[in-house]
Amino acid sequence: MDILTQQLINGLVLGSIYALVALGYTMVYGILELINFAHGEVTMIGAMVALTVIGLLLGMAPELPGLMVVFSGLLVAIPACMALAFAIEKVAYRPLRRAPRLAPLITAIGVSIILQNVAMLVWGRQYVAFPAILPQGQYEVFGAHITDLQLVIVALSLTTMAGLWLLVERTRLGRAMRATAQSKEVAALMGVNVDRVISATFVIGAAIAAIAGVMVSAYYGLAHYHMGFLLGLKAFAAAVLGGIGNIAGAMLGGLLLGIIEALGAGYIGDLTGGFLGSHYQDVFAFFVLILVLVFRPSGLLGERVANRA
Amino acid sequence: MADLLQVQGVTKRFGGLIALEDVSLSVRDGEIYGLIGPNGAGKTTLFNCMTGLYDLTGGEVRLGGVLLNGLKPHRIVEAGFARTFQNIRLFANMTALENVMVGRHVRTRIGLVGAILRTPRARAEEAAIRDRAVALLDHVGLRGKARTLAGHLSYGDQRRLEIARALATEPRLLALDEPVAGMNPTERRQMADLFQRLRADGLTLLLIEHDVKLVMGLCDRVAVLDYGRKIAEGEPARVRADPAVIAAYLGGEAA
Amino acid sequence: MRTALDALRARPRLAFALLAALLVALPFLVGAGLGNSWVRVLDFVLLYILLALGLNIVVGYAGLLDLGFIAFYAIGAYVYALLASPHFGLHLPFWAILPISMALAGLFGVLLGTPTLRLRGDYLAIVTLGFHEIIRIFLNNLNAPYNLTNGPQGINLIDPITIGGHALSRPLELFGVTVPSTYLYYYVFLAFTLLVMAVAIRLQDSRLGRAWAALREDEVAAAAMGINTRNVKLLAFAMGATFAGLAGGLFASFQGFVSPESFSLWESFLVLCMIVLGGMGHIPGVILGAALLTVIPEALRYLGDLQRATLGHVVLDPADLRMLLFGIALVIMMIYRPAGLIPSRQRKRELTARDGVAEQEQASLYDAKA
Ligand SMILES: Nc1ncnc2c1ncn2[C@@H]1O[C@H](COP(=O)(O)OP(=O)(O)OP(=O)(O)O)[C@@H](O)[C@H]1O
Ligand SMILES: [Mg+2]
Repeated sequence: MDILTQQLINGLVLGSIYALVALGYTMVYGILELINFAHGEVTMIGAMVALTVIGLLLGMAPELPGLMVVFSGLLVAIPACMALAFAIEKVAYRPLRRAPRLAPLITAIGVSIILQNVAMLVWGRQYVAFPAILPQGQYEVFGAHITDLQLVIVALSLTTMAGLWLLVERTRLGRAMRATAQSKEVAALMGVNVDRVISATFVIGAAIAAIAGVMVSAYYGLAHYHMGFLLGLKAFAAAVLGGIGNIAGAMLGGLLLGIIEALGAGYIGDLTGGFLGSHYQDVFAFFVLILVLVFRPSGLLGERVANRA
Repeated sequence: MADLLQVQGVTKRFGGLIALEDVSLSVRDGEIYGLIGPNGAGKTTLFNCMTGLYDLTGGEVRLGGVLLNGLKPHRIVEAGFARTFQNIRLFANMTALENVMVGRHVRTRIGLVGAILRTPRARAEEAAIRDRAVALLDHVGLRGKARTLAGHLSYGDQRRLEIARALATEPRLLALDEPVAGMNPTERRQMADLFQRLRADGLTLLLIEHDVKLVMGLCDRVAVLDYGRKIAEGEPARVRADPAVIAAYLGGEAA
Repeated sequence: MRTALDALRARPRLAFALLAALLVALPFLVGAGLGNSWVRVLDFVLLYILLALGLNIVVGYAGLLDLGFIAFYAIGAYVYALLASPHFGLHLPFWAILPISMALAGLFGVLLGTPTLRLRGDYLAIVTLGFHEIIRIFLNNLNAPYNLTNGPQGINLIDPITIGGHALSRPLELFGVTVPSTYLYYYVFLAFTLLVMAVAIRLQDSRLGRAWAALREDEVAAAAMGINTRNVKLLAFAMGATFAGLAGGLFASFQGFVSPESFSLWESFLVLCMIVLGGMGHIPGVILGAALLTVIPEALRYLGDLQRATLGHVVLDPADLRMLLFGIALVIMMIYRPAGLIPSRQRKRELTARDGVAEQEQASLYDAKA
């Protein structure tokens, strides 16, 4: 088996999930300059809700086709996450919009802790298994394996990104979002309802996060109340890598980070003469994050943010 | 008299916008030099370029012969260049006295160890910082306001405090960005007096101001910026009569 | 009550003596009143006060949000564990190790800080978080091929602090009274806490402390007034890390055991909660916050016992509720009482009256028109 091709495929799949989560960070940051720390947790809630629905459906009607069951789970998880994000923005972030920078960040950490612990109370400390109901086909490409699930994940990610792209570029809401990201004051003067746009941004990001949450739990075959944390951090690293605030950047950064991680995990053993092994996979995201911030803080596609004096 | 500040061909671009284009001027030791021009002419940008807050796109800035280009802001202060801000930037939640004491930072030495051990030297230096700050508050007319939070001071007092804070760094050149904006005529006169006193103490002043009367009465020489270029320089009366200057102001707004 | 306080204020020497007596007697009072297990809690209160004082320098004084603070605590603890346990067969005395713990934690602080401190504040938060994860991953995995940290099992049988030939892990017979080990650690921790507190107070009131405050208030203005912002930030960062290293060393000797599990990210958030709850930048507030957030979870345990007694089994495990309550407290504090329970006067104005800046912006709009 060709390790390089295989790791590239794995990285691409994982990266397309990172990209989806990164979009949520980047959109909110673009408008509010807030690191929505709780976004990873929203992703986790999406996975949990979907799994609950899937479990219920399987209990009631075990003969339903697997793809349809998962899809139904997703259809419930999306609005659930949207409502959650709407509430979070309204209750926790909006009152602090004019507060000093640290305050909303601390609140975001608080929200993140709350969501994680509520999830732990509701779904327990155990791993929740993703039932094996999805098609399990496997194909050979250039000497590497690719599964049905991987294909679905990549296809769905690309579709979602394309949808978001259309929304931002072609609709009134998208235009209002771009205007608000440029300047809240000017957008307000031009008749944009800034509060609505901000809410919409959170809600859209959450919908995408729900999709990502279901994907990631299907991919690893499990979900856990703690899964959103690391996923969120990595997605944020991806957003920074691409240039935070930049939607295309988040997509690119996500894919790149996925590939870097997969290649890193595949080759770290060889590179360090066996000193470090593949369980160091998770450190790559952070090294990438630190390197990007040091050498190109604006990210790959970001504009240089002038320090206004 | 010798030139204290030399600005040679300074250019500053923000993306496509050329905020300063090939600006050259020199400020002599001991004079009060005025920098005027319509809104958006690039005056504040020139200050930011000189004090290291912006990188220059091109050109040179020298203070007493020392090249300031590329130096960090704190090095430029160390070289003797202090400034105030057009949109007042005090440490709003520190007292007036503390604000001025921060200004002494660059001329004092005590670090971590001295502060922790409270050595006699540290205590002496701290006392000296405090005395100097109190004296400076007096000097700008803020006696009795030492313990007020900077953010709670009146507008005019905040401007005065910014000057005291800048003076605390022991500058050779003090650059003031619209120091009397928003003040009433009495306050303006007091400020003009203060500037005269500072000059008498040997300080060189670089002054951005929209109040033409004040500039004409106070400055030895003036330069006029318009759309990022210097369009005139010289004695106030001559500059005032310059057709290019009149056109710039009439074309922009009546000043 | 008020008159009693006033009377004390008028006689600082008496107040001081009373306070000292109280601090000395505290473990005995707590031990007699609540049982010896609470003296152990008291020891942890002191450890957390140490940590909170350290983080307060970084976050409260200099306004740098450091979310990886516990990584430095871990470094301090592991240094102690490696130099005083059978793991490498080294058994250095504590007074030799603690400075190494502090120095190494501080060095890591500088290493991490140098490239990242020119970043904006919220980026710094994420990078420090990432650093914490990196440290944790390494602690978990550096057991093969060369066994440095012994991986997830951690390091056992760490030497206790030994003073004057007496190991603090054993009770001390003194004038016919038996002083248990937890009491002895209390006094050692108390001494360190008082020391660190004095350092923190002196730093706040110094040229450096003012530079930190200026940096927190307005970084651009601070630079334009001659402050070397990079160095000053680095110093705050390194100071905080050094204190964390000290606390880590003490923790290792007290527990006799360290493992990566003790240094989860939640510990970082917990310490942050302590200073936010008590009042950022204000030492009494920080102490109160640390004490409350250490004691409350312990007290919550009784809720579990209560449930068992009344309902026969535990419905809601209080340990599960702990973090949830902290999260809620964090959000509510930021929204309704951002300056903490006992804020410094200064910080209070800063976090509640947000109009300092707004007014200035108004003013600059105004003079643009003038
Ligand atoms: N950081 C920046 N990024 C982009 N453009 C800038 C920046 N700073 C200034 N400018 C632009 O440079 C030009 C000059 O601005 P500047 O503030 O220097 O003018 P000014 O002469 O001080 O005007 P005023 O009298 O209104 O204070 C303006 O067009 C302004 O919009
Ligand atoms: Mg200006």
